[in-house]
Amino acid sequence: MLYREAGDFKTSYEDDSQTFPIRFDRLAFYAALVVAFGIVPFVINDYWANAVALPFLIYAIAAIGLNILVGFCGQVSLGTGGFMAVGAYATYKLMTAFPEVNIFFHVLIAGGITAFVGVLFGLPSLRIKGFYLAVATLAAQFFLVWLFNRVPWFYNYSASGQISAPERTVVGVPVTGPHTEAWATYLFCLVFLAGSALIARNLTRGATGRKWMAIRDMDIAAEIIGVNPLRAKLSAFAVSSFFIGIAGALFFSVYLGAVEVGEAFGINKSFLVLFMVIIGGLGRIFGSLAGAAFLVLLPVLLKNTLVGTLGWPTDLAAHLEIMIVGALIIVFLVAEPHGLAQLWRLTKEKLRLWPFPH
Amino acid sequence: MKRLFASAVVATLVAGPAMADLVFPDLSYRTGPYAANGIPFSDGYQDYMTLLNERDGGIGGEPIKVIECETGYNTEKGVECYEATKGEGALLYQPLSTGITYQLIPKATADGIPVHSMGYGRTSAKNGEVFHNIFNYPANYWDGASHAITEILNENEGDISNLKIALVYHNSAYGKEPIRTLEELSKKHGYTLTLLPVDSPGQEQKSQWLQIRREKPDYVIMWGWGVMNQVAIQEAVNIRYPMDHFIGIWWSGSENDVLPAGEAADGYKALTFHNLGSDYPVYDDLKKYVVDAGKAAGAGDQLGTALYDRGMYAAMLATEAARTAQTMYDTKTLTPMQMRDGMENLEMTEAKMAALGLPNFGPEFKVSCANHGGDGLGAVAQWDAKAKTWSLITDYFPADDEVLNPLIIEDSTAFAQENNITPGCN
Repeated sequence: MLYREAGDFKTSYEDDSQTFPIRFDRLAFYAALVVAFGIVPFVINDYWANAVALPFLIYAIAAIGLNILVGFCGQVSLGTGGFMAVGAYATYKLMTAFPEVNIFFHVLIAGGITAFVGVLFGLPSLRIKGFYLAVATLAAQFFLVWLFNRVPWFYNYSASGQISAPERTVVGVPVTGPHTEAWATYLFCLVFLAGSALIARNLTRGATGRKWMAIRDMDIAAEIIGVNPLRAKLSAFAVSSFFIGIAGALFFSVYLGAVEVGEAFGINKSFLVLFMVIIGGLGRIFGSLAGAAFLVLLPVLLKNTLVGTLGWPTDLAAHLEIMIVGALIIVFLVAEPHGLAQLWRLTKEKLRLWPFPH
Repeated sequence: MKRLFASAVVATLVAGPAMADLVFPDLSYRTGPYAANGIPFSDGYQDYMTLLNERDGGIGGEPIKVIECETGYNTEKGVECYEATKGEGALLYQPLSTGITYQLIPKATADGIPVHSMGYGRTSAKNGEVFHNIFNYPANYWDGASHAITEILNENEGDISNLKIALVYHNSAYGKEPIRTLEELSKKHGYTLTLLPVDSPGQEQKSQWLQIRREKPDYVIMWGWGVMNQVAIQEAVNIRYPMDHFIGIWWSGSENDVLPAGEAADGYKALTFHNLGSDYPVYDDLKKYVVDAGKAAGAGDQLGTALYDRGMYAAMLATEAARTAQTMYDTKTLTPMQMRDGMENLEMTEAKMAALGLPNFGPEFKVSCANHGGDGLGAVAQWDAKAKTWSLITDYFPADDEVLNPLIIEDSTAFAQENNITPGCN
């Protein structure tokens, strides 16, 4: 009875086009925000922050970014790891070159730099599509990792080739470096995720997003109705890389604190984020969050259950974990090819009709 | 699913501080491309701890609890393992990964938990005045690089100015560690150095070995780990590179690395900072209390291998440091900071090692605040493919401290400045 449009009168166009047209959804969304911002920071500890919350928040930002490119604009990309590396190395260079500037702005600028690099590597998308574009972005992935390994300027000539984040504060509270509190790093990343989701949602339902989707659905038709493919494709690359760059920056500075480009931003990262987008649901913001949650939480949950609760040997658990996650991915995609977001949408449809389905 | 999750959550939270035992987390890796090397080390580490529990009831009567956590040699999982185990009263971390060590140095320092990166990790942690909580005794990578050059010097009557030496290394923080030292040493001794990076995991090395075949360096030094070692040795065999001119760091010198190449690997050399083999009294006890009692870690088939010995050595140094701390503070239970003090005052003597059933196993050394790295002694071991054994072909010899010490001071001072640490012993 709760889940109805009925009785929720909309008296303006703004009301009519809001993200959550159903009151119950709206309330649930605000409640989730209150919990995330107001309650979780008080109960979170180091383990939950570093093993679960931070990776989820950061991968969710990366997945939103990739979803814009793959899900909304239809341009397949395998360069996510490389673009995250750009974000990470940009923040590192900015943090060490301008220590007096707030880390918050460094992360944003790092996103901007990544957007620029993303546009450069997006140029081939004007000529090539599909698998061929995937291969071109794969080249970006390998080139960028090679670059950060090869040119010592990027890692300030450190002997090991690692970059490590010095301590930086936001309003006096450290968010990077070793002396951080769990709640501070959590909130810092949460602000970025909330901001990214909000921007992405509003971009994708406006004119820009509609142009992207037109290109995705049929680029020739889109061109005929007046969508400029150059601007649409490159803006998708820019926006997508911006979010991925922010994710890379946070991944390095807040979550890990020290990274090595080959290991942290290798091809595996590109695939992981792509899987998140596909499992979550292409072309849906919620899908990015659901996919990131699925692939971050499930391995941790399985590990804790198998090793912690059941006391199995760690190697057996690690192998089983790979098998179970793999099997679940296949099961999910066979059951619902459009991802977790579609399952969620179907559930909501059913709820709306309940208890009197047609 | 929900109930499982809830129980997992409860288990993680409730299992919290069980401070009674001496907790030694074992961040191991038994899966992935580095498992061949991770398994024997972890088995050795755990078996030695089990032996102490079964035979002596722990350290000074206090039982030991080993918590194993699988990292897969992956830094993200390493961080998760660290966070998951530190709440359980962990006394010491030995992650067996240079990448994870770099992650843990700032975190563990902030949390006041010591890290012992035995023969790996950040070399300049030897300077204990800057790295209060980090130890890398008895030897480190720069010592290893110097040992390899000294061995080549000895084989060539002290003149290597016209030699070409190639370094085949894992393209990561680990593999890059010796480059600076080898460059400095080449200034001193005049050899030409060629750098050949191999990307992780290292299954593809054809181009590197083609270059070696073309340039014919007089010696090849290798900084490899995991599957990279086996592939490199096989490739060296394929191009008929003289095996006795091929020297691996101590992490490239286990049975698993040379066995796949068969007889052709005969004569391959690797550095080591402790003795090898299973000809020690402690093995009788291990057999009696651990293996025959069915309490061996893993499959129990790694006893006596080079990395099993090294894992056992790591456990032995950790437990001896705990014993030192117990005497210092006259207590049975330990806090991480007491453990740290125990490590800083650790002294390994021949008498001590003989009493533990490991006579003549490692060099004698003494840790101090200024020197967290020991004396940096190393030896060269050679593989005998017929007998399938490693044997030490030199005595322990020191590293070239004249070259290394300025580098260590330079690197640790830079770290101190970056992190606002005032070097000092208090």
